Amino acid sequence: MAKVPTPTEILPGISYRPPAKSWMEIKPEFRPGTFCNAASPKWLESIGYPYPRAWSVTDEDWKLPEDWKEIILQGLQDRLDRFRTLKLFFDICVRCGACADKCHFFLGTGDPKNMPVLRAELMRSVYKKYFKRAGMILGELAGARNLTEEVLKEWFYYLYQCTECRRCSLFCPYGIDMAEMTILGRELLSSVGINLEWTLASVASCYDRGSHIGATPQAMKDMIDFFAEENERVTGIYTPVSYNRKGAEILFVAPSGDYFADPGTYTFMGYMLLFHYLGLDWTISTYAAEGGNFGYFISHEMGKRLNAKIYEEAKRLGVKWILGGECGHMWRTMNQYMDTWNGPADFLEVPVSPITGTKFENAASHKMVHISEFTADLIYHNKLKLDPSRNAHIKLTFHDSCNTSRAMGIFEEPRYIIQNVLPPGHFVEMPPNTIREKTFCCGSGSGFNADEYLETRMRGGLPRANAVRYVAEKYGVNHLGCICAIDRAVLPTLVNYWVPGMEVTGISELVGNALIFPDEMERTTDLRDRDLEGVGEAVEEGEEDE
Amino acid sequence: MTFFRMHFFVPLFAVIGLVIIAYAGVQANLQAVFGVVLPYLAALIFVEGLIYRLIQWARSPVPFRIPTTAGQNRSLPWIEKDIGDKLDNPENTLHVIGRMALEVLAFRSLFRNLRTELRKDPDNPEGARLIHWSYKWLWLGAIAFHYAFLVVLLRHLRFFTEPVPAFVHLLDNVDGFLQFFVPVVYISGIVLLVAAIYLLVRRVAHPELRYISLAADYFPLFLIIGIALTGILMRYIYKVDIIAVKQLVIGLVTLHPQVPAGIGSLFYIHLFLVSVFFAYFPFSKLMHAPGVFLSPTRNLANNNRWVRHVNPWNYPVKFHSYMEYEDEFRDAMIEAEIPVEKES
Repeated sequence: MAKVPTPTEILPGISYRPPAKSWMEIKPEFRPGTFCNAASPKWLESIGYPYPRAWSVTDEDWKLPEDWKEIILQGLQDRLDRFRTLKLFFDICVRCGACADKCHFFLGTGDPKNMPVLRAELMRSVYKKYFKRAGMILGELAGARNLTEEVLKEWFYYLYQCTECRRCSLFCPYGIDMAEMTILGRELLSSVGINLEWTLASVASCYDRGSHIGATPQAMKDMIDFFAEENERVTGIYTPVSYNRKGAEILFVAPSGDYFADPGTYTFMGYMLLFHYLGLDWTISTYAAEGGNFGYFISHEMGKRLNAKIYEEAKRLGVKWILGGECGHMWRTMNQYMDTWNGPADFLEVPVSPITGTKFENAASHKMVHISEFTADLIYHNKLKLDPSRNAHIKLTFHDSCNTSRAMGIFEEPRYIIQNVLPPGHFVEMPPNTIREKTFCCGSGSGFNADEYLETRMRGGLPRANAVRYVAEKYGVNHLGCICAIDRAVLPTLVNYWVPGMEVTGISELVGNALIFPDEMERTTDLRDRDLEGVGEAVEEGEEDE
Repeated sequence: MTFFRMHFFVPLFAVIGLVIIAYAGVQANLQAVFGVVLPYLAALIFVEGLIYRLIQWARSPVPFRIPTTAGQNRSLPWIEKDIGDKLDNPENTLHVIGRMALEVLAFRSLFRNLRTELRKDPDNPEGARLIHWSYKWLWLGAIAFHYAFLVVLLRHLRFFTEPVPAFVHLLDNVDGFLQFFVPVVYISGIVLLVAAIYLLVRRVAHPELRYISLAADYFPLFLIIGIALTGILMRYIYKVDIIAVKQLVIGLVTLHPQVPAGIGSLFYIHLFLVSVFFAYFPFSKLMHAPGVFLSPTRNLANNNRWVRHVNPWNYPVKFHSYMEYEDEFRDAMIEAEIPVEKES
């Protein structure tokens, strides 16, 4: 693995001044740390993806199929016919540059092709050459260029330096959305067998096993049963879970990251404590064991194929509605795609909270409720007994995830929960231009968790980390809260790199800390086994007494 | 020739060339061509081109409802959405109309614009930090440019109508409130020229913008600057016979074209550039104007969760069924006491 340069090596080297050579003349350099590995053939075979082969990004020859160019151009034509977005976004960009300094990858690399306008132009130039008369005749003068292997490699390099965060589309006066072009561009790359190892492995595992992490049903059960024991150890409350249980009222779908690795696991423990506290009639599926959707990061179709399992399982188990965990792109797919892809879910009922009786009219068609909506509703109706002082060791700022912000708009619910589970004054916002709809990406979204990609990820996360550091220094913030499993998987690495000492936490973990069970034992630690405020000193005093 | 030079100078010379062509045409007594034939042709190309392009776009469906949301979504009844949330995260058609109106009339997204800079900061271990601040200059330039353009266009109605409608007179009076000069100075013309020059200068002066700019970005700017300049010159310096001009224009509009004698060549140059502008419009980035109305990240409500959006080409896909899954893991599931459909 490539050695990752230190922050002091990276930051002074970033310049936003473009090079003297024009962008058409510059070819990407596949330097270790700045690209993801090519997908192994076995993953492609398992999901029936075309042109499985062993190849490497640094190879001169990517072993493309003989007629790769025809495939790409035909695929482009096909997508122009099926997506108004693509046609329109190709045609109406005026290159005003409003999007340029909005992209975290541009801000972290200074590479002009990471300005969304130019990243789009990498594809638009080919569109002009083959689909527009001006481009056919005038060529480079019309901003058109031939589709060559070099161009294809460039697409690969830069379409995988876009996390589909949509920050550019917020600022674009016409709403041109790089994410849309990235998704369709990646589909084209996949059509000639160009895929990422990390993403494809996750997709293939999710496809036949149930989740990105590829856990077998028994392994998944082991992991979650372990959290039940952990909860008992910390709180005295054993929180058993039922798996694939028919007739449960609610199917809970979480991103697999939450039962796979710290600190997501603490979030999962928080879910379990909450549901147990409420006596909720819920189950979790080992088959539809994934809320996240890495399929969506390679194509609309693969997104649909993975997503289909959730409604299938809800139908098989006969649940009434679905509750979804804390996850970013999962909620983009649930909000903007699920019902269109795999609905209508008329075998489910409009979700009603069994505790408060609240009917979630905003989920009347797709029948899924976000855990933050669910929890906020409980708190609002005074159904939770909470002790915020158990989170007194936490000074929190909240990272809005790209997808829940710009492809949904869930801002107040998590903040409402935070205000209720933290002591007053323990929640601080980052600067307004870096939160809510203007939030910055973690830098590793859309399937980039791969280790070999660390340098680019750390660069892409710079704007986020920069704002975190600001509140850390100014207000002593020590925790970064989020409602996204990819965030919980990648932000610890990011803040450790740019803002050492910062911890990352899900919001349900904080709820779990604060929940007061009638029959619980006295808590001395939080879910992470860290001493609660005041407890450590008390013990020390006790020791002195002895 | 370098990339920038090519993309900058070719359109510049193209526009200069257009001026020369029109001038030479008038010298060669081709007034009928430049005063009648080409304007008609341009109008035809404009209308047909516009319709053609709109149909081309509309032919492709919108398979997914993907608005970019910039405010609180519809949630629990007690989570209030203020007017900003409703306009930036519309949940029904009314909100969408509001959002689109704000976008089209006030350039809402551009108003949001920020500038981000890596600023030296000795307190920071790496010696620098990112800062973001509100940056409204592009918005101001764009608003000034487009509204000035609109006012200029509407003012020109006085050449197209007889009698001239009252609102055009009113516009004339407001636009010409600077009555210290003879003839009255129209603010809109000056603003249009200044704003267009600003948009041009920022494209050239800002390194990142110069890097991304193409001939297709410079050409319309040169063209519009040419149109504004010839218009201003005609009005204030090298005056043309305004009665004759109106005769010609009314002739065009009433489909009884005539070419009155004695109109200066500056007018024909102006008219030719305008003709080129309209003929060029449907095949260029100028289509952003109608295009913004069709943009799926702006013109759709964020209501997927309670109103199903139908994809016209939705097709069944292969997915791994539960039974296939259980067949693979049945024994392990039974052993782990996970319920199964078939016991063996």
